[in-house]
Amino acid sequence: MNPDDRKYTKEHEWVKIQDTTSNLAVVGITQYAQDQLGDVVYIDMPDIGSNIVHMEKMGEIESVKAVSDLFSPVSGEVTKVNGELLDHPELVNEDPYNEGWILQVILSDPQELEVLISAGEYESFVEEA
Amino acid sequence: MIKGGSRTTDKLLMERSVADRTGTVIPPLDVPEQPLLSSNLLRSNLQLPEVSEPEVVQYFTNLSQMNFSIDTQFYPLGSCTMKYNPKVNDEMAFLPGFSNIHPLQSEDSSQGALELLFKLQGFLTEITGMHGVSLATLAGAHGELAGVLMIRAYHRSRGDHSRTKIAIPDSAHGTNPASAAMAGFDVVTLPSDNNGNVDLEALNRLAGPDLAGAMITLPSTLGIFDENIVEVCKVVHESGGMVYGDGANMNALLGRVKLGELGFDVAHLNLHKTFSTPHGGGGPGAGPVCCVESLTPFLAAPVISSIAGKYSLTTPEHSIGKISGFHGNFGVLVRAYTYIRTLGAAGLTSISGNAVLNANYIMESLKDKYYLPYDRRCMHEVVFSADWQKTRGVSGLEIAKRLLDYGYHAPTMYFPLIVHEALMIEPTESETKETLDAFIQALINIDEESHQDPDLVQNAPHTTPVSRLDEALAARRPNLKWQAAD
Amino acid sequence: MTSTGHFQSHYIPNTLQEQAAMLATINARSIDELFADIPVAFRNPDLNLPEPLSELEIQKELSGFAAKNRVLSSGPSFLGAGSYNHFIPSIVKALITRGEFLTAYTPYQPEVSQGTLQVIYEFQTLIANLYEMEVANAGMYDGATSLAEGVLMACRVTRRDKAIVINSVSPAYQQVIQTYCQAQGIEIATSSPSAVSPTQETACIVAQYPNFIGGIEDLEHYSELAHNSGALLVISSDPMAMGMLKPPGEYGADIVTGEGQPLGIPTSYGGPYLGLFATKQEYIRQMPSRIVGRTVDTQGRSGFVLTLQTREQHIRRERATSNICTNEALYALASTIYLSAMGKQGFRKLSELCYHKAHYAANEISKLSGYTVHDANPFFQEFVINCPVPARKINQTLLDHNILGGLDLSDSTYSELLPSNVINGMLVCVTEMNSKEDIDALVSVLKGIE
Repeated sequence: MNPDDRKYTKEHEWVKIQDTTSNLAVVGITQYAQDQLGDVVYIDMPDIGSNIVHMEKMGEIESVKAVSDLFSPVSGEVTKVNGELLDHPELVNEDPYNEGWILQVILSDPQELEVLISAGEYESFVEEA
Repeated sequence: MIKGGSRTTDKLLMERSVADRTGTVIPPLDVPEQPLLSSNLLRSNLQLPEVSEPEVVQYFTNLSQMNFSIDTQFYPLGSCTMKYNPKVNDEMAFLPGFSNIHPLQSEDSSQGALELLFKLQGFLTEITGMHGVSLATLAGAHGELAGVLMIRAYHRSRGDHSRTKIAIPDSAHGTNPASAAMAGFDVVTLPSDNNGNVDLEALNRLAGPDLAGAMITLPSTLGIFDENIVEVCKVVHESGGMVYGDGANMNALLGRVKLGELGFDVAHLNLHKTFSTPHGGGGPGAGPVCCVESLTPFLAAPVISSIAGKYSLTTPEHSIGKISGFHGNFGVLVRAYTYIRTLGAAGLTSISGNAVLNANYIMESLKDKYYLPYDRRCMHEVVFSADWQKTRGVSGLEIAKRLLDYGYHAPTMYFPLIVHEALMIEPTESETKETLDAFIQALINIDEESHQDPDLVQNAPHTTPVSRLDEALAARRPNLKWQAAD
Repeated sequence: MTSTGHFQSHYIPNTLQEQAAMLATINARSIDELFADIPVAFRNPDLNLPEPLSELEIQKELSGFAAKNRVLSSGPSFLGAGSYNHFIPSIVKALITRGEFLTAYTPYQPEVSQGTLQVIYEFQTLIANLYEMEVANAGMYDGATSLAEGVLMACRVTRRDKAIVINSVSPAYQQVIQTYCQAQGIEIATSSPSAVSPTQETACIVAQYPNFIGGIEDLEHYSELAHNSGALLVISSDPMAMGMLKPPGEYGADIVTGEGQPLGIPTSYGGPYLGLFATKQEYIRQMPSRIVGRTVDTQGRSGFVLTLQTREQHIRRERATSNICTNEALYALASTIYLSAMGKQGFRKLSELCYHKAHYAANEISKLSGYTVHDANPFFQEFVINCPVPARKINQTLLDHNILGGLDLSDSTYSELLPSNVINGMLVCVTEMNSKEDIDALVSVLKGIE
């Protein structure tokens, strides 16, 4: 259910490496997260060119009745944000692992990936919750 | 029922507009025409509707009929105190001697207004057992802001700038932390214990030189009177802090206890809850702030004082300042005054007695069907959880929506946050036993439906002018004003 | 301790017998028992309030108070300064006192609140149109707090903490801004209109339009100054003036606030009034207070809901855009009814009536020796006059002739915003309620005090 090709955090985000040489990665939220949030109506994303920091707040995600902080799974410089989400925030609900990606980042410290958990570990974590 | 022509509510004002229709007659110009300002200062177009007077009356009258209201439905909204709004209160507020006077006309020419406000000040300090009061705050949250600003000013006046925190229970209304934040404080959360009371141990840990105070709602938003409240106030005081009282639930306490005597230092009252002034679809309200003697110099301006039989507007010595444009929501204050004069001490005491009796009656009658997270005497409101119904796939929200079909406004949902699937019911004292019994039966029926026909509840409401509305769409594609199609 | 004997109020249906039946159901012996959680030392305090009155007696008592106040309609009135004597058509009261509007709650259950919600959507539309702004909210407490919240919002949007307030903004409004900002680390600097110098730390320039003494300032200039520094332009604007004056939106205002009292709301000794608040679409998530949005129901029918609620206190708590909860919904309804009745042509004509009458009055007064009219700026319906003797004395004489004069500007509160050559200043306001006879009577009395 949660794709194996990426790493996860206990804050329900995922990060997927696109290119190991340039340390380019993509970040989003998990299936469980979007389900808990309900219909996503707005995502407050960091600016392109800004720096995000591992496990620090990088933005917010709003549903009709709730607001959640978005915590960055990695540190680095934001190179792209998913502009589609401005007009179609529902993509996060419909396809959180693909079309619903949130931002692209150049990792400043790829070692950080090692403390993140695998799809299997994430699934167990969610089950226990 | 769909009505045709101009009585339909489908078309908005700008859509039903027809050029040259007018809804008023403007008197002719009786002075010589003056040279106009240069055209670069003037507007060229003005987008307002053009409709006749009968259309205006028909449209708004028909719109009103799409509302539930206290006059038309039982409205058991917890923490809102939806009691009968006496018509005499409105009549008095509309007297020209009250509605047709200017806030800046001389005090000599407004002694009647000032005397009424002065006397109201006295009533409110008597009811709360406090010393000073300001009527300038225009709503409960506005009063909260004033109150916490007063606490801040008090500490700073004593050279104490280290008190940066305000402790607020996890069950508190959202305005509490919002107000504390607006007053520059960091909010620390006070957990509730298993009885729904403030966790004294947690409070003791928080009490220290950086605690400016605590904001406590009494009874709590769970409808429970914290039997440790005196100790709570003591702990805060011993650490040098002040206790703010959110008076939203005052309907349970009128004549039964005085907040000032329990140890509260400053508290607001919601006149549009406890004191019957009409909600108007979301206001106006009034949130006067009462306080003990040490905080009186810090009250928001103006305060009415009486010197040698003359009443006047004064600014307290160390006032936090003006917090509204003029003197407060006078029209609302007149209504509250009238209400208190209608009831007197015996009447106010009867309010709390019957409000609490009615809530306990509902609690006892429904606790077999709906889970009661705090199974103990409640005060003026009772909090149920829809957890049992949730196991059958029916949520608190859906039960609330199904109640609309039965002709009741839903109780407060999902508040307080610490109760899962919360449904908070506050009947008030102005409802008949017949109404309470019918309401109880409706909830019993809905529980039955959750067994036999959960679908019916899940897709409620079915009989209202509109069915469930797409709130996600409203937030994703905000359409906040009418615009002509291009 | 007082005993609580049975009191049968006409507002409280439960009889002694019904109480007994309910007590039996809940296994309690008395109502007093239900308050056992209250520590006995504090229970049942003496409540020292006057004895209750019948409605007949209530009306007498309240009428007695009311009779001691001089009503605006008892004679010509020329007092404005933030609260305005305008005509209110009968349909306003007739409609707002309908129980379905008057006694309804905040529309959190949209399926049973379409009346209130549609009204607010209409209100938002008309206010946005008046100010020529992209969006408006469901209203705030009053013009003063609305402006204060506008300053807070500008600081949030720009992430800056300094505001420049032009000193011709109402002193009361300036005080309220101070009260709201005092604990938020926001620095408020006042500036005269000609000395405005924003920096890269300025969140907003705040101006009033027309200003407190009735004048129209160079909003174009303020707009340029603000935007060149990356600051927002916040304008507090009288909605009545919007019937004829160029709206703040056309000057590039980012946030527009105002006092809605002129739109069908009585002066009522200062409240309840109605805060107006409008801004640009891009800033809607930072706008305080409730907002109504249009959507559809499960059947595809059009309907209205409270939207973007995640800005508000009940969801975001200490991170909310504002703590505001209850606002002034009934008066938003009143102003919507008023504007509907006035309409596109009527509202403009009304606005122009105020303009012409005020300018006629100013002209006639300027002909009197001993009086001068300050006309440094063009004005709408209010202007400052210099008087030969203190304004207080003028007003006393006027009152002897049953005329309510303008605002006495001698108080030190006003010294900063008055031109330096103002002596014995009075702020005169003329509206459609003043006939030519009223104005001529005013001039005649003033003439007598030369």
